[in-house]
Amino acid sequence: MASLQQSPAIKGAKVLMVGAGGIGCELLKTLALSGFEDIHIIDMDTIEVSNLNRQFLFRQKHVGQSKAKVARDAVLRFRPHISITSHHANVKDSSFNVDFFKQFNVVLNGLDNLDARRHVNRLCLAAEVPLVESGTTGFLGQVSVHVKGRTDCYECNPKPSPKTYPVCTITSTPSKFVHCIVWAKELLFAKLFGDKNQDNDLNVRSNDSTGSSEQTEDVFERKADESVEHYGRRIYDHVFGYNIEQALSNEETWKNRNKPRPIYSSDVISAELMQQNGSSDKAGSADDPLSVSAMASLGLKNPQDLWSLMDNSRVFFEALKLFFGKREKEIGSLGFDKDDQLAVEFVTAAANIRAASFGIPLHSLFEAKGIAGNIVHAVATTNAIVAGLIVIEAIKVLQKDFDSYRMSYCLEHVTQKMLIMPVQPFEPNKSCCVCSETPLTLEINTNHSKLRDFVEKIVKAKLSMTSPLIMHGSSLLYEVGDDLDEAMIANYSANLEKVLSSLPSPVTSGTMLTVEDLLQEFTCNINIKHREEFDEENEPDGMVLLGWTQVPTKPKDDDDKPHTGNGVSTSKASETDPAVAQADAGVVKINVEAIDASGKKRKGPDSKDISLDPPSNVADEATAANHKKVQQIDEDEEDLVVLDQWDIDTNKKQKLR
Amino acid sequence: MEGEQLTEQETALYDRQIRVWGADAQRRLSKSHIFVYGMKGTVAEFCKNIVLAGVGSVTLMDDRVVTNEALASNFLIPPDEKVYSGKTLAELCCDSLKEFNPMVHVSVEKAELVTLGQQFFEKFDVVVISSCPPATKILINEKCRKLSKRVAFYTVECRDSCGEIFVDLQNYKYMTKGKTDGPASECELRYSSFQEATSAPWGRLQRRTSKLYFAMRVIESFEEANGRNPGAFSVEDVPAVLQLKRQLCEAQSVSESFVPDTLLERLVIGSIEFPPVCAIIGGILGQEVIKAISGKGDPVKNFFYFDVVDGKGVIEDISSRAPEADSASSKSANIITQVVLE
Repeated sequence: MASLQQSPAIKGAKVLMVGAGGIGCELLKTLALSGFEDIHIIDMDTIEVSNLNRQFLFRQKHVGQSKAKVARDAVLRFRPHISITSHHANVKDSSFNVDFFKQFNVVLNGLDNLDARRHVNRLCLAAEVPLVESGTTGFLGQVSVHVKGRTDCYECNPKPSPKTYPVCTITSTPSKFVHCIVWAKELLFAKLFGDKNQDNDLNVRSNDSTGSSEQTEDVFERKADESVEHYGRRIYDHVFGYNIEQALSNEETWKNRNKPRPIYSSDVISAELMQQNGSSDKAGSADDPLSVSAMASLGLKNPQDLWSLMDNSRVFFEALKLFFGKREKEIGSLGFDKDDQLAVEFVTAAANIRAASFGIPLHSLFEAKGIAGNIVHAVATTNAIVAGLIVIEAIKVLQKDFDSYRMSYCLEHVTQKMLIMPVQPFEPNKSCCVCSETPLTLEINTNHSKLRDFVEKIVKAKLSMTSPLIMHGSSLLYEVGDDLDEAMIANYSANLEKVLSSLPSPVTSGTMLTVEDLLQEFTCNINIKHREEFDEENEPDGMVLLGWTQVPTKPKDDDDKPHTGNGVSTSKASETDPAVAQADAGVVKINVEAIDASGKKRKGPDSKDISLDPPSNVADEATAANHKKVQQIDEDEEDLVVLDQWDIDTNKKQKLR
Repeated sequence: MEGEQLTEQETALYDRQIRVWGADAQRRLSKSHIFVYGMKGTVAEFCKNIVLAGVGSVTLMDDRVVTNEALASNFLIPPDEKVYSGKTLAELCCDSLKEFNPMVHVSVEKAELVTLGQQFFEKFDVVVISSCPPATKILINEKCRKLSKRVAFYTVECRDSCGEIFVDLQNYKYMTKGKTDGPASECELRYSSFQEATSAPWGRLQRRTSKLYFAMRVIESFEEANGRNPGAFSVEDVPAVLQLKRQLCEAQSVSESFVPDTLLERLVIGSIEFPPVCAIIGGILGQEVIKAISGKGDPVKNFFYFDVVDGKGVIEDISSRAPEADSASSKSANIITQVVLE
């Protein structure tokens, strides 16, 4: 294969790389060394300090610059005569349409979120360009090939949705630290510093001694003449003391659970200490809001230290004080950001105090930040290995060497003597709504749900469409585009607010809707089935999309020969070797199922648990699969967090409402 | 190690990987010293990985000058004659590696590898040797083994689309979590030297042992017998290599088919490294060195092979020593050995 470096298949190939992050940097280098001469890279991100430990084409001086451009310049230094074209842009931009994709011989993904992966998958299907998909987290990695008509597409295996938590677990009965983080971040932080008008499940009423006239007031409002110290104590006592007392009054809840302990500020921190809490001149400058720090002002240095309940309480008060003292303008519009030091400090402290109350082990700021920010676990070596595997598959694709396509896994624990395990690609899933034309079914209350709900919860959230168009027969109900006239826009806006059954062309049980994305050239038919009731906890969307079923479990070819070449014994009885990722959260699991005696069974890692798409584009996704199904491990880069928790914006919000 | 904390700068830079292996492991990495001989593509990849990971220092040795082959697979060498002329491979790689991570001390040592005394290696925690004859590897390995401290010893070679890593951690104790959740247990592994590992009688090895193990031994014997530099082959050498293979198979009393001709032909004709394989082998080696320094994770014992043709990254445990009852302190050591030997 080495001779291929000079082969026309590589030399003449035009390849598109999507993502210039952890995998992308390694991939661009390896492509260039392997003899590729015409490479396009798309990446919308700019370089951050925490990228530098593995994205080796970037230096400290590049922080803030376009990843695509800096990566290009760096590789041209050792391969000056090849053509690399960088696009500092979102791959979902309309300029990257099917025609754009058609110019490439193969597309290589090094992405960090599910949405973009789906988008690229559809464009590759529409443009009939082979796709090599990849992902890493910690020491785990995965590479797969997707060629229309020959293998499954990226979406043939449904990806598990990010984990959500029942509202009551978060508001009343947390049992894990992540529940406390979700509470601190999604409820308390949002309530205090975010948009006051947003729905929030925090108990804001207090019948404390201040009299009945205040019963209807929001405890979280700071009164006009109230000092920050007083306000802080009031909030503290309300959420960690009063609310817990309230919860305890419901005996039923605690029958089989440990009772929480109410915590009041006066028990933890004396009045004198409150006074001397913090020297804000050390807290950082107001010119750089992201650097303001309660830790600095309290002299707490190591983010890996575990703070006592008192330390956490001091951080809580100090952070609150600093928000009001140095960042008052932002209050009311703040969202949690993992790079916002003060926000991370506040959320860590609040989550720890709540954890103390519920007898849950406390965590360091470093750990809490990872959980709250869905931070990826990423190392250079896995990215390098995965990039090598991607190039190997890309070359096979260019040579049209169909029979040797492989899906490969990087494992953390030796399994069947292997650290890198190849498996054969899957066949297309005949019921995949993306690469087949099989219709989906949607159970929905057509008399209650509005077209807007359908667009937000199904078309965007589930089908990941960017420029959707919705039709009922020949009647257009909704579309998005730059070329719409005002009458159409008004018409569509009005439709959005209507319930399905009262649309101009009524959508009722038995209706088939056609949803199309013009950019992705992806069309999907959805059969509507009316259903009256939905379970609030388990079906928080108030609608259920069915039919995107499991892939066939049969491996692509049925012969008795294990596809593994020489070497490994495949004749042993099956055994299970769960490999547990070393992620701090300890959550990624890969189970490799051994091939059984007949050699027919697919073996492959099987990871459960996941990650999600956080708010900033720090997304990640994780994936999973169930038994016999190989699923995806996710991507590197701020991408893949594999926590067994995923809360967060999209899903979470709806859920908590 | 206690009491010393990572600096704020380190915590920020290494954030994502500390989330993988912990602050303790990161501290150990930053105090470790690595010696590397033979700056080809795979070793360049390895060096990049450990410099990014934040080891304390990397010392490079390779006095050869730039050739087309070096330019083809080593991204640390700028392809500009004005830059590379007059410099050795080690010097050029050193210049590039320094830029990857200002917190790592990268330097060049100029000497004849075989003349280095035992004390030289005492300064290091890890020694990695590539592209030199097996006799040299054996010599350096023995020097490391005689030291009072444990120096982790590795060799690595890539040819065509195949790669081999050898690992000698001597007696290595570490805490393993094994493959399932649960309490960590102590585990002890006993490694063979390079000489012991490469002189195992073939007939005693499992039929399923990676063919690359045998093929690499044939290639080494050929180089040694003909006084060739590692990788200095051409297509004309194929018949002689196949002839040598037949002799070796006969001497080892195994059938000729034990080492496939096609595999040997690939290794002889395509002696140049294939960059994707450099990335894979350099990645695995980086990972192994990080495991050995940090004491975290199950290390490879004692060979790792990758071949593009089957796409498998395989571990083999091979020694000429009679299998001995491991004096391991825990069951899991035996379990690990078992799994590997199956």
